[in-house]
Amino acid sequence: MNDVNRVVVTGLGTITPLGHTVAAYWANLKQGVSGLGPITLAATSEELNQKVAAEVKDFDPLKYFEERELSTLDRVSQFAVVAAREAIAQAAISFDMPLSLRTATIIGTGVGGQNTLDESFRRVYLEKRTRVFPLTIPKLMANAPASQISMHCGLRGPAFAVASACASATHAIGLAFHMVRSGQIDCAVAGGTEACITFGTLRGWEAMRVMAPDACRPFSKDRKGLILGEGAAALVLEPLDRARARGAEILGEIAGFGMSADAADLTAPDLGGMTRAMEGALADGKLEVQDIQYINAHGTGTAANDVAETLALHRVFGEHAGKLAVSSTKSMIGHALGAAGALELVATLLAMRDAIVPPTIGYLGPDPACDLDYVPNEARALAIDAALSNSFAFGGLNAVLAVKKFS
Amino acid sequence: MTDVTSDVVAIIAKKVRVENHPKIELTDRLEALGLESLDAVEMIFDLEEKFDIEIPYNANTNNPRTEFDTVGDVVKSIQKLVDKKS
Repeated sequence: MNDVNRVVVTGLGTITPLGHTVAAYWANLKQGVSGLGPITLAATSEELNQKVAAEVKDFDPLKYFEERELSTLDRVSQFAVVAAREAIAQAAISFDMPLSLRTATIIGTGVGGQNTLDESFRRVYLEKRTRVFPLTIPKLMANAPASQISMHCGLRGPAFAVASACASATHAIGLAFHMVRSGQIDCAVAGGTEACITFGTLRGWEAMRVMAPDACRPFSKDRKGLILGEGAAALVLEPLDRARARGAEILGEIAGFGMSADAADLTAPDLGGMTRAMEGALADGKLEVQDIQYINAHGTGTAANDVAETLALHRVFGEHAGKLAVSSTKSMIGHALGAAGALELVATLLAMRDAIVPPTIGYLGPDPACDLDYVPNEARALAIDAALSNSFAFGGLNAVLAVKKFS
Repeated sequence: MTDVTSDVVAIIAKKVRVENHPKIELTDRLEALGLESLDAVEMIFDLEEKFDIEIPYNANTNNPRTEFDTVGDVVKSIQKLVDKKS
């Protein structure tokens, strides 16, 4: 494969429950720090049965935006722009003409501007007010994060949102990767964002009966479900030849992308769908199963996902499955739905760069149905040449990215 | 049948394939009725709404098929929660 058809990552940006920058996020992931804590964002949280979530703490939007800008930016868009700016700054790229016209903005979100929606509903239904804020609609629309990044960063190429619940960010990055690889665009800012810790959303999750009361313990015995999270991550993708020509620091290579739909149950995971997405990513990246050392698992901590994902890994990797390091960073950052895949891909790329696998924390001991090496509770030094990052969404939509160490 | 019994039976009946089970009996086993996990969550919601009670249930740790063998077991458990309320 020539350099034109290789796609590399030259910038990373995050805002997370473990810190507001990639450096803080990664330092805490490596140390196995939990980003979970008491819910403070939902105004009437004392009424909620659920008491714990992974919130982005101490986020002051005025540190990043002018006060007049905030009337146009839901928290979900604030996160997206903050992450994108960090990624672009690291890539040290300037979007002058004509590159601006050839740069895509593709941002996943599961549910969009939930804070704006909740606030609007509160005024209309509870307070019986006759007016809502004038920019309610363009703040809550699902494409607002993508639009705001394009506006704030001056990106004039293809820009849109991707929504596939918990796989949104992975679909967004995968699509951006394929567009760069095919030469359709010269650069992409891609990722995902979510800010869904609101009273109304939490009530919805409570009704699903899938949340753990205290901690997220993926693949562990006595796991009790997922913990909701929030945040954003963005990546700058470009063709290798372009990155080389401008002397950019290359943080890793996106090698392959696979997607599938279960066409089965609305919420129950499906072995076939998971398997086909992983096999698709490997095939797309011309990778053999033996090439992979690390899996950043979807690993939600629900009873059903973790067993199905384990079985799917056995099916795809055969005997090699036992040699894989598999970890779920959701144990530390919760499940940030449409942002999850991007936050996890950043973790995967940094694990590969620094040869350190972030752990699955809160692990109490093996569940007989989850029999792989989940890197329990402590990070581990491991040379990684290639890795997968898995995302499996409600609705049976699966997306998997394969990354390679750049050499 | 008491009110609670007939209401619980009606709510369970909504979630099973009626063609296979034209009439639900208290001795019917939940497993045989083929309740899936989402069905259980919806059934519990309907029961909570109907009787204005709270049923502690986590889909990850509770399995209605093992905790409640028969339809009659569900009725008994709901009756207890309803009695506790009044």
